[in-house]
Amino acid sequence: MTCTDFLAQLTDYFDGKVDPALLAEVQAHICECHHCEVVLDTTRQTIAIYRENEIYEFPTELRERLHAAIMAKCRPTP
Amino acid sequence: MPAIQSPATEEIHPDVALVERAKKGDTAAFEQLVRQYERQVFRVAQHITQNREDAEDITQDAFLKAYEKLDQFQGNSKFSTWLVRIAVNESLMRLRKRKTRKTVSMDEDVQTEDGSIPRDFAEWRPNPEQLYGQTELGDILRKTIQGLPPGFRTVFTLRDVENLSTEETAEALGLSVPAVKSRLLRARLQLRERLSRYFRQKNGEPKP
Repeated sequence: MTCTDFLAQLTDYFDGKVDPALLAEVQAHICECHHCEVVLDTTRQTIAIYRENEIYEFPTELRERLHAAIMAKCRPTP
Repeated sequence: MPAIQSPATEEIHPDVALVERAKKGDTAAFEQLVRQYERQVFRVAQHITQNREDAEDITQDAFLKAYEKLDQFQGNSKFSTWLVRIAVNESLMRLRKRKTRKTVSMDEDVQTEDGSIPRDFAEWRPNPEQLYGQTELGDILRKTIQGLPPGFRTVFTLRDVENLSTEETAEALGLSVPAVKSRLLRARLQLRERLSRYFRQKNGEPKP
């Protein structure tokens, strides 16, 4: 398996959806190729860091203001 | 041929009942849906537009549009996916209006292979949270995702930040599953490459 072949499998690998016939080859490549091992690890960290850190605040004051504005327009006028 | 699953055996999502009630004019039911998804809609809009005022307007517009079009929601997809699709369309429209970027469609600006081929093979040690404080880390993450073309940023946001499945992301963006997978890979690799400038292990230097 080449590094390009490995990259093509990366998304499925994260999802646990690599074709079982290919999985052993993918795992062997990770063991043999340090570059791809690093790419795998740092890409995994890239996903995790964006998932775990809320980078845009949504403060209560803003939430309440937006919520009130939305509901004011949805409620039927009496 | 796989057996066709009987709908009776599928679990019914609690949103279905809320949507049905809202369709009949029950605003309390709609309010419950707003409460459940306002944070997500705001976050998606902010990620795509990179502008807080736009994200505020989009959040309001997306829910109002959803309310007005509730009858068109057939329940073939999750309510949240349908709502996110509205929010994405509103966000892309807003970007187009702002015209601060040359290209804002889901199809343009994704032709480039720039940054999609890994070049930096340094390990990230110590890990980013050890290397940077929360504020500094937030700045790096915002700046980095901002530099990604909108088409990639949108796919990454839905799939990796909002945790939609690949199929749901495809549905929300009107793209095929292979197109989502291809853009997701390139978005992740580009972000990884850009973040590596900050997080890569330095020889004897603790920070860049």
